[in-house]
Amino acid sequence: MTPALSVHALEKRYGQTTALAGVDLEVSEGELVGLLGPNGAGKSTLVKIACGLVRPSDGRAEICGAKAGSLEARRRIGYLAELFRFPGWYSADELLSLHQQLAGSQGGAEERAELLELVELTEARDRRVEEMSKGMQQRLGVAQALVGAPPLLLLDEPTSALDPVGRRTVRQLLEELRSRGTSVLLNSHLLSEIELVCDRVVILLRGEVVSEGSPAELSKPRGVEIETDEGIRLYGGGREDVPRLVAELVGAGRKVYGVQVLTSTLEDTYLEAVGGETS
Amino acid sequence: MRAIPTIAGYALREALRRKVFVVVLLLTAGFLVLYWLANHYVFQDIRNVGAPAGIEPRPFAGAFMIGLAMFSTLFLGVVLAVFLTLGAVRGDAERGLLQPLLVRPVSRPMLLLARWLGAIGVCTPYVIGVYAAAMVITGLTGHWWPDHIVVPALELAFGVAIVAALSLLGSVFLTATANGIAIFMVFGAGLVSGLLGSIGHALNSARLEHWATIVAWLAPFEALYQDGLREITANTTGLTGYLLQLGPFGGANTGGTGVRLWACAYLAIVAVVAALGFSRRDL
Repeated sequence: MTPALSVHALEKRYGQTTALAGVDLEVSEGELVGLLGPNGAGKSTLVKIACGLVRPSDGRAEICGAKAGSLEARRRIGYLAELFRFPGWYSADELLSLHQQLAGSQGGAEERAELLELVELTEARDRRVEEMSKGMQQRLGVAQALVGAPPLLLLDEPTSALDPVGRRTVRQLLEELRSRGTSVLLNSHLLSEIELVCDRVVILLRGEVVSEGSPAELSKPRGVEIETDEGIRLYGGGREDVPRLVAELVGAGRKVYGVQVLTSTLEDTYLEAVGGETS
Repeated sequence: MRAIPTIAGYALREALRRKVFVVVLLLTAGFLVLYWLANHYVFQDIRNVGAPAGIEPRPFAGAFMIGLAMFSTLFLGVVLAVFLTLGAVRGDAERGLLQPLLVRPVSRPMLLLARWLGAIGVCTPYVIGVYAAAMVITGLTGHWWPDHIVVPALELAFGVAIVAALSLLGSVFLTATANGIAIFMVFGAGLVSGLLGSIGHALNSARLEHWATIVAWLAPFEALYQDGLREITANTTGLTGYLLQLGPFGGANTGGTGVRLWACAYLAIVAVVAALGFSRRDL
């Protein structure tokens, strides 16, 4: 099956600066992939190449088999930029209508109403963009990206201006989209968010992929913490070692009160991968 | 292609809600009131003035006044065109307005074309309307009408459309502020060349006239303006015709079908350069 996004040996140079140094990446149909990395790692450049805003210096990027940036490719994507602005005089409904016309969507008023409901902006249907909070504009941006039900969604920091409730709304929306078979490439600094919703995580550093896998694969075992009548002690091993460890302790006459398998968080993995680099 | 009316409508709506549009309308109203006053006094006083031999006072005063109105109309039209387009690409991209539109299946040249159509959709009716109002004021006040009525209006509108295209081209490469400054400097250079051409004509300096003509062709909005000036007194001859050729704010020296064809070719060149520049630009 043709992947929703396929990137091969992708390079981008701005003069002497290398933003991407040969990135390979695939997002399958219905897959939700999180893109992590410090500032300047090349995440936004990668997303911008995928949606045709930036031309690659070398390599290949394809959307559902069509060359990234081509009209064919752009018919298949929805995009929310990290820094975006909509004309302030448009109402939410008018803005979605504009994007329906540009995307060639036949969804009409029904699609607009559904999208506004998905991002919990039904009440703000006729409110002008300039009268909306930043969080509402960001949710409207997500709705705008979903116009025409694109098979691939490219989201660049979609929750940066949202409060916890707004973040949860977007998270639930992403899960809903995944269940519908929409592929998502999510670029975010919020590790907890990525960990919660993504099927796979790709960590970029200085334009290269330095780590990749599911959140579970990237989480390494850190031992088993067992509470006995002698107190709490950390033992080596992982989940599969728990029955043996407990049996040994009970056999030795200890009373076992609690067992916890410890794994590294995505944050630990991320920090290890980027070596504490921030920009 | 279906995106063109959508984006042109978007640009048109943006243009109409901008404060610059209200400012230009207020300035226009002020200009037309002053213009009416000037016509009123000029044609009232002309009855009492003994004109030099060979000068027909009414055509001279009428053509001079309409020439003045054409200059003002061109200037106001250019202000409008520049302010509506100076940040269309780089300015809008820096503000994050452009990216959501460009990821849609709309080619970049189409977007530029639509923005240009949106801008001239405002500017050209404005220019034609102000020119017509000035002509009616002069006609009713002074009972003098231009020899050709329609062509000067169309040439002024075409000149403004060229400036709008130049401004869009500049917006691909320059920030909004730099682009605005650059376009007004180009416009100013065109006007200065017109004045120098007038001086060259009066002094019978072929070299000065030659260079003024070259500059007018490099900035064809100026050549079209000069041709429009020529058209309002196309049938006026003798000393009156000669003096009117000197024209207010630039002479009526360059003209004809050649200029109009060149203006079309120039517009096409600007469009191609803008489209190529935009298609290679990372946003």
